[in-house]
Amino acid sequence: MADDIATPEPAAEPTPSPEPRPDPQPPILRIENVVKTFGSFRAVDGVSLDIRAGEFFALLGPSGCGKTTLLRMLAGFETPDEGRILLSGEDIAQVLPHERPVNMMFQNYALFPHLNVRDNIAFGLRRAGMPRAEITTRVAEMVALVRLEGLEKRKPDQLSGGQKQRVALARSLARRPQVLLLDEPMAALDKKLRESTQFELMELQRRLGMTFIIVTHDQEEAMTVASRIGVMKAGKLEQVAVPRRLYEEPASRWVAQFVGDINLFEGEVTAREPHRLRVSTASAGELVAAQPVAPIDESKVAVAIRPEKIRLALRRPAGDAAAINCVEGIISDTSYLGGKTVYKIRLDGGAAIHAAQANTARLDADGYGLNQRVVAWFTPDDCVVLER
Amino acid sequence: MSARRIFSRPARFAAIAPYVWMVLFFLVPFAFVAKISLSQTAIAQPPYTPVFSLAGGWSSLSDAFAALSPDNFRLLLSDDLYLSSYLRSVVVALTSTAILLLIGYPIAYGMARLPRRWQGIAMMLVIIPFWTSFLIRIYAWVNILQHDGLLNQILLALHLVSTPVVWLSTDSAMYVGIVYSYLPFMILPLFATLTKLEPALEEAAADLGASPREIFWLVTFPLSLPGVGAGSLLCFIPIVGEFVIPDLLAGSKSLMIGQTLWLEFFTNKDWPVASSIAVVLLVVLLLPLLLYDRLQRRQLEESR
Repeated sequence: MADDIATPEPAAEPTPSPEPRPDPQPPILRIENVVKTFGSFRAVDGVSLDIRAGEFFALLGPSGCGKTTLLRMLAGFETPDEGRILLSGEDIAQVLPHERPVNMMFQNYALFPHLNVRDNIAFGLRRAGMPRAEITTRVAEMVALVRLEGLEKRKPDQLSGGQKQRVALARSLARRPQVLLLDEPMAALDKKLRESTQFELMELQRRLGMTFIIVTHDQEEAMTVASRIGVMKAGKLEQVAVPRRLYEEPASRWVAQFVGDINLFEGEVTAREPHRLRVSTASAGELVAAQPVAPIDESKVAVAIRPEKIRLALRRPAGDAAAINCVEGIISDTSYLGGKTVYKIRLDGGAAIHAAQANTARLDADGYGLNQRVVAWFTPDDCVVLER
Repeated sequence: MSARRIFSRPARFAAIAPYVWMVLFFLVPFAFVAKISLSQTAIAQPPYTPVFSLAGGWSSLSDAFAALSPDNFRLLLSDDLYLSSYLRSVVVALTSTAILLLIGYPIAYGMARLPRRWQGIAMMLVIIPFWTSFLIRIYAWVNILQHDGLLNQILLALHLVSTPVVWLSTDSAMYVGIVYSYLPFMILPLFATLTKLEPALEEAAADLGASPREIFWLVTFPLSLPGVGAGSLLCFIPIVGEFVIPDLLAGSKSLMIGQTLWLEFFTNKDWPVASSIAVVLLVVLLLPLLLYDRLQRRQLEESR
């Protein structure tokens, strides 16, 4: 794993990422070497992570990677076998769920079916022994916050999916937790509603200044809402970074492939220049790539390039550009996706790559047809060199 | 195309099968009982008059109808014996249902929390007693509770008592028998409701600051009420009409309505009175059902 605070800024980065500066104050949540096993299965395998106050943090990973188990340990439904969880500097690993200043929004909302919207939201406030008048004000405030006015007397089964989601959010925010945990909060919504809800959630988080930790398997969702993302695989954190870095500087081959689409060229390093690496690949000949942020000692590497960073043309470009990272092939498939078109190109070397072209003009001026012969090239700065 | 087409002919027939069953085996026999309850006892075969006879033609049928009278129902109201039998039946059924709920709920709750592979075994253990005849199990209790029975032998051996205790022919013995016999009918519907409960609901309650006790009373119990209702009705209704258990285990000082009915039918050979007892019993039993149904409907409407 690579923590973005620890790794130095790359020297040759064209546009620096909007990296939050390390906070001089201790983080609101510190996870230290946490391990959780179920039988012989290590669901969470030595995770360490700092989350700062006011952050919108996403735990991203495929199902079974341990992200939900980690979240459940933060909520108190599971106890870590090893390690510590510090909330505002206090170890809460053994504190029971109902005694934690942390609230969770559940995946299927877990609304109490026998209580109406008002009583669902007031549930946590009543448990905290809040005076009746204050509860009324707070519930009204929460109802307004998630725009559920007029639905206070409805039971959960009389609400739409989106409305249920809002009730769940209001209920988990009502106690004003130090940290709000969200377990796949938008998994049950349809695509359009999910997108608008994502923006509402971000706005809400900014307005409240609360720390949000969201668990999701949807990388687009994580990139949209989170200020920082931790990618998990098999119980371990693979990379923690801001969305831009995660995409442009994946720390491993696995992250590169999990987050977005990517082309990989396997090869061997033939020369190391000050800012460049020359890699000889079987499928695309010699490629030149920018020196990776963390130096790679291995000679067996993979050169990775995102589809939208590949340029296409009918003829080889003139001048310097033609000299490096230029491959030829035949278009074997095209997918028109509206905003962009993805071409599948069978290279002369045998490999297949994806190239995405933004459709910036309404008229099909520079589209390519099936079986057309094209030249694809990319700059060394757009390549990422990864260990194999 | 009509949506009904998706059902084949036999499937459509299957849908009316329960109604056919109800008419054949409940409504028709009940009509017989209702008719006998309006007849008068007689030393004859069958032992009541009038008897409908289709052979006599329309006039004899209308004569028979005119001879029907509600006298038997008046008798039920005027004689203390019947009222006190009904009352005792209801009291015994209510008490037993309450005891069953107190014992059955924790068992069902524990079963619902077992790992899934143990739940099947637990369910088997609950059902296994049914493999022995009900009558034999009640006689076994007679054996255990009688003067020189197992219970007294144990108590004497442990020097907890110096002389045998009278267990048999007491209300306690009857309650032991009823609770023992009906426990599965309480546990199974409760278990079914409790296993369906989403565990996330209890977690959500804990997350919102509810202590384990609050989680139970504010979330688990209210959501298990359909099971409580089903289990209670499933026990209450047959216990009201219970005959064997009070006859074998309880004393003869006061009778439950099932015993009174049996006496009228077999000892007094008064079929009309016995039938009217049965008709009133059915009405008494339908009342809680209708109340329950109405309550549920009102709750549904309120939440709309």
